[in-house]
Amino acid sequence: MKKVGNPNSFSKTFFSLAFSVMFAIGVNAQDAAAAPAAAAPAAAAPAAGTGDAVAGKALFNTNCAACHKLDAKMTGPALRGVGDKYDKEWLYKWVKNSSELIKSGDAKAVKVYEEFNKTAMTAFPQLSNADIDNIIAYTMMPKEEVKTAAVPQGSEKTGSGVSNNLILGVLALILAVLVFMLFMVNKLLKKVVESKGLEVAETPKSLPLWKAFVQNQFLVLVSAILFLLISAYFMYGYFMQIGVDQGYEPIQPIHYSHKIHAGDNGIDCKYCHSSARVSKNAGIPSLNVCMNCHKNVSEFQGDKDSVYVDYTKEFYTAQIQKLYDAVGWDKAAQKYTGKTKPVKWVRIHNLPDFVYFNHSQHVTVGGIECQKCHGKVETFEVMKQDQPLTMGWCVDCHRKTDVKIQDNAYYKKIHDQLSKKLGVTKLTAAQMGGLECGKCHY
Amino acid sequence: MASNKKYWKSVEELNENSSIVEALQNNEFVEQIPVDEFLGDKESLSNSSTSRRDFLKYVGFSTAAASLAACEGPVVKSIPYVVQPEEIIPGVADYYATTIADGYDFANILIKTREGRPIKVENNTLQGAVSGANARVHASVLSLYDNLRLKGPKIDKKPATWNQVNAKIKTSLTEAKAKGGQVVVLTNTTASPSTDKLIADLAAKYTNVKHVVYDAISDSNALDAFQSVYGFRALANYNFSKADTIVSVGADFLGDWQGGGYDAEYAKGRIPKNGKMSKHIQIEANMSLAGANADKRIPLTIADQKKALVKLYNAVTGAGSSVKLSKLDAEVEKAAQQLKTSGSKGVVVTGLDDFDAQLLVLGINIALKSEAFNPGDAKLTRKGDAKAVAQLVADMNAGNVHTLIMSGVNPVYTLANSKDFVSGLGKVKLSVAFTTKEDETAVKVNIAAAANHYLESWNDVAITRSNYSIAQPTIRPLFDTKQFQEALLVWNDNSATYYDFLKGFAAANLAGKTWNQAVHDGFVAIPVGALAAQGANFGASVSKLAAATSNGTDLVLYSKVGMGDGQQANNPWLQEFPDPITRVSWDNYVTVAQADAKKWNLQNFNVANGGLNGSYATIKVGNATVTAPVIIQPGQAEGTVGLAFGYGKKEALKEEMQVGVNAYALYANANANQSASITLADGEHEFACVQLQRTLMGRGDIIKDTTLTTFNKANDAGNKEVYNPTPVVSLDHKEVAATSVDLWTSFDRTTGHHFNLSIDLNACTGCGACVIACHAENNVPVVGKSEVRRSRDMHWLRIDRYYSSQETFAGDIDKKEGAKGLMNSIDALDAMENPSANPQVAFQPVMCQHCNHAPCETVCPVAATSHGREGQNHMAYNRCVGTRYCANNCPYKVRRFNWFLYSKNDEFNYHMNDDLGRMVLNPDVNVRSRGVMEKCSMCIQMTQATKLKAKKEGREVGKDEFQTACSAACTSGAMKFGDVNNADSDVAQLLEDDRMYHLLEHIGTKPNVFYHVKVRNDK
Repeated sequence: MKKVGNPNSFSKTFFSLAFSVMFAIGVNAQDAAAAPAAAAPAAAAPAAGTGDAVAGKALFNTNCAACHKLDAKMTGPALRGVGDKYDKEWLYKWVKNSSELIKSGDAKAVKVYEEFNKTAMTAFPQLSNADIDNIIAYTMMPKEEVKTAAVPQGSEKTGSGVSNNLILGVLALILAVLVFMLFMVNKLLKKVVESKGLEVAETPKSLPLWKAFVQNQFLVLVSAILFLLISAYFMYGYFMQIGVDQGYEPIQPIHYSHKIHAGDNGIDCKYCHSSARVSKNAGIPSLNVCMNCHKNVSEFQGDKDSVYVDYTKEFYTAQIQKLYDAVGWDKAAQKYTGKTKPVKWVRIHNLPDFVYFNHSQHVTVGGIECQKCHGKVETFEVMKQDQPLTMGWCVDCHRKTDVKIQDNAYYKKIHDQLSKKLGVTKLTAAQMGGLECGKCHY
Repeated sequence: MASNKKYWKSVEELNENSSIVEALQNNEFVEQIPVDEFLGDKESLSNSSTSRRDFLKYVGFSTAAASLAACEGPVVKSIPYVVQPEEIIPGVADYYATTIADGYDFANILIKTREGRPIKVENNTLQGAVSGANARVHASVLSLYDNLRLKGPKIDKKPATWNQVNAKIKTSLTEAKAKGGQVVVLTNTTASPSTDKLIADLAAKYTNVKHVVYDAISDSNALDAFQSVYGFRALANYNFSKADTIVSVGADFLGDWQGGGYDAEYAKGRIPKNGKMSKHIQIEANMSLAGANADKRIPLTIADQKKALVKLYNAVTGAGSSVKLSKLDAEVEKAAQQLKTSGSKGVVVTGLDDFDAQLLVLGINIALKSEAFNPGDAKLTRKGDAKAVAQLVADMNAGNVHTLIMSGVNPVYTLANSKDFVSGLGKVKLSVAFTTKEDETAVKVNIAAAANHYLESWNDVAITRSNYSIAQPTIRPLFDTKQFQEALLVWNDNSATYYDFLKGFAAANLAGKTWNQAVHDGFVAIPVGALAAQGANFGASVSKLAAATSNGTDLVLYSKVGMGDGQQANNPWLQEFPDPITRVSWDNYVTVAQADAKKWNLQNFNVANGGLNGSYATIKVGNATVTAPVIIQPGQAEGTVGLAFGYGKKEALKEEMQVGVNAYALYANANANQSASITLADGEHEFACVQLQRTLMGRGDIIKDTTLTTFNKANDAGNKEVYNPTPVVSLDHKEVAATSVDLWTSFDRTTGHHFNLSIDLNACTGCGACVIACHAENNVPVVGKSEVRRSRDMHWLRIDRYYSSQETFAGDIDKKEGAKGLMNSIDALDAMENPSANPQVAFQPVMCQHCNHAPCETVCPVAATSHGREGQNHMAYNRCVGTRYCANNCPYKVRRFNWFLYSKNDEFNYHMNDDLGRMVLNPDVNVRSRGVMEKCSMCIQMTQATKLKAKKEGREVGKDEFQTACSAACTSGAMKFGDVNNADSDVAQLLEDDRMYHLLEHIGTKPNVFYHVKVRNDK
């Protein structure tokens, strides 16, 4: 079932504040533990062989990584330890022109060629023997130990957190001391009264407060009216948020992180949601679009500077595996099995049937950023509905937004005539007729 | 941030694909609450002891439940493609050119598809396309989603596989060959050269194979006549735009006569230009569409029509031998002289189902050297041979037929001697029927082979000699169906797919176009030369026709533009489509002349709720009798009755659609003209007629109508007020033009677009293609017969039909104006409610007029209907609370109220009640719910889409780029839509025309729909 919060609820705000305070404390403790672990892999780089592994890594990433991985088969074989399997001279020849080697009938070359679906490796005549040495050196490096703890966690950076807590602690201590002192003073005063035999003057018994209240009819009337008004206000607030799903953040069958794709990797929204440019639907990308990249990206590498709530590398790699299962991609064989299982995403932005909304009008014609309605999606680990998507919200924007008329012959005449008539230089969508019922309801 | 912890109630929920979980999520109550048990049955309801208290409890509980349920939104799943086809972009429509060829309707069309679903038929507007898509063609897209289609092959009524079916048929074919038994392939007119080739291949392989072509509604006589003159079986083609005088003897050429499709060219000649328009004389028995559009209509019996033909022939050729008609002889004589004077600008057509009559018409047109007569481009869409079919039935009963393979025919339903055919089937070793429905024939044969719908098939069609069309599939077969041609290939042991075969076969016919271009265009135009007539003996025909006599009453069987031959009887759009002439939906009926009705005691009367009732009559032809309800039809020739084909089907038909009577039972010898006797039968029939008012009562401001003489005289004098008077109203006790008075201040509408719709009453033939196109585009619901009877029909666009009470509409006005004194007026008006025995007819399409000063807008208490700057009267359904004030205040009565929920409601078991049928819905238009008002939106979704396209391409909108569903469907050019602020557009020019007028102009609503005065050629 859908969970929808009341956006105005102040209790929610209160709890989330409380949560974040607690969370901040927790993070500090973990950060301290993570620091030494992160330092470990850097030290583990031995200078093996004749080549320079660091230079080799750079060369590997620019030239080889499109088809090779160190530890897994991709388009080509896994390359870790390749220097042990083949002699160097053979490798030079292979890298510089593999097809020639295959043609010459070299047994090893033909075997590799056969194994990988008879796809010949691209020739790299531009690589010198030294370059190849460097790459081999890189591939000969021992495998890094995977440190799960290395993935940074938490959503807030620390900074001056420690000193803040310290101040808070000190303040709490002072408060406690003050309370204690008050208690002591009170006790002392009582003792003084007792010891001196003094009597504390008793206040005369007055009417209980509630009785006085009931007897004052004016007050009853006023508070009844107040009560009714307040409850009406809250009722209104409650009813107005029915069907408004701002913040709707359902659990999806595949944990897809917009943050990793659009944020860290900077993929354009319209690369995947390409129909937003031409259609009324932005469209959920079909799985073949995912496979454009994920044919190569089969495991999560992570980005050191980024924060991924509390998901591990394995977690993300498992999500990629879910994609492979759905699209029917056999990672090991690098082949489609033909067994597909469409993904049933949970739709987040649901406009009612009686509203017509067209993405291309806003994206292509209006040139509006996706973020304007969908929020900073590139920071969302889990996709959610950022804006209320109510009619008031639509209308508000139509009233404020100027029509983008630059280089659009369609608007030229209408805009000239209308702006003259209305005596303005720029027209808003509303002035162009963007508030008429029939423009969205038919 | 909301918690993303997931709580589950059972282990099953962890399984993402579990159907149980999904079912539970979507329906709280998996089983239906048995409401019907205590509410559905009247008896149990009255016997139940629900007290007032219980009732209040139910109400309270259901209100509380409903309001609680409303608080939580449903979870909507979105499932993208795994691999998205390149050409499909969700939300963007694709158009494919294809060709309909169902044996009765043939046309080049475009199919609009959304997300891979065909949702609408459009005209193919390329130069040279055969584009006259009629109402049935527009509705055919819904027949694709017919839930009662045959969903897989069946052997002896048990589901089977295609391999079993093909093996069985091949065995039988081989056995027939070995034993010398006859194999008969019985098809409708496929007009498909590649199919003919495949059947010829089959004949070559299995030797004793005969191909019999069978048209349910036969044009056998016309084909025989054409064959005797030109040497091959086809029908002469006509171009009515080239004729000044058109004489039709019983030919409803604006309806389904010889395949129809003549509207566009006919309408071209009907719009007065430079003081000239064509003259159309219709001699006929039934009131047909062509008759309703004629300038002069002469109602005659069949025998008199035959004699009239002789008269025409004599006049044209100057041959002797005078004939005399039993009545209206002088009128016919006048027509004959007019035709003679027109010479090569004249043309004669006939629908008489008689070889001699058909032959004589060819003779007359040859003698006239008629320019409109075009045998060279002969139509190839009818090939049926009634004699061969009769022979087949005899052969079957004689046990001579070993294997019978049928495709696209339903002889058990459409043959008059259906009983003989059924008994013959019992003597055939193997009978196979390729059919889309499990129809009357399919349940009687050994193998019912599920055939593709035409939108799922490849095909080639030669519609005329100059046209070679390609049909391409627009969706994959929805069910386990195969097209006939694929099966033929299998039987021929040809391993090619039909697509490859067709591509190879078509290569020779593409006249220089590439295959891709031909598929893209949907057709190829092939140059053809003229045809020379071989000698024919017209003289013998003249004497036979001149000797024609009547015995008894003439029964003229015809087809309605809504139902045709009945193969789409399970199409709710077509069932609810009101007949253009009688305005009756959901029925066929005997049409009877007023005088005859009096003689036979037949009655039509309206009951209290406005519904039309009628007597039943029994028609007897030979030994066959049919009892059908009666409609008294003004203009029906005395001594004749009419009855439409296509109704009275029972198989593969929802119960709601099993209406009417089967006229094929009277179709003896496949002849549409029969001698019959009529007697009154018991009972009273309830019609669903959408128009109560039959005459205009002399209100010349609704349909302005004038004669060509008056029109020309007035135009010469430069005074259009004579035929198109501006209405006047009283202002300060002075009569002033209504257009000059206004309650409201007008907005300036000169900026941006301003949409107007123009309707030329001269060009509108009343065919109704626009009505169905509107249904398809706007998701207009079907409400069923009993609701239509209660005047709750939902058509956004209706075509009003009016009869004149006097001889002419002008006569009506004279009579009304001439009545003096109160009693005299009352009597006169009373009399005017009755149409004349041979009235003038006028059609007027009426939809929301989109008034600039709309009366509906001012009375809506919730501002659900409001005005747009571009001229449309908007209707926000979600805002409407259903007070119906707007409908009460609308002077044009075009607003429609949703009395019920018409989708997903078992009480309205039409296409919107099943998943398959809902696939036809246009996703850009809302499906309205119960309790809201709806009406024509001037296809705002289409104008918005056109604007958006222009915006995206950064250009201005083209001059005639804006369209509505109705204007796009109108092939006759009567409806033109566009932006009047674009001075170059057609509609802006039409607005300035002298014939332009607004409906009920005197009430000052300033509509954005305007009409053009109807001009009749009285010369």
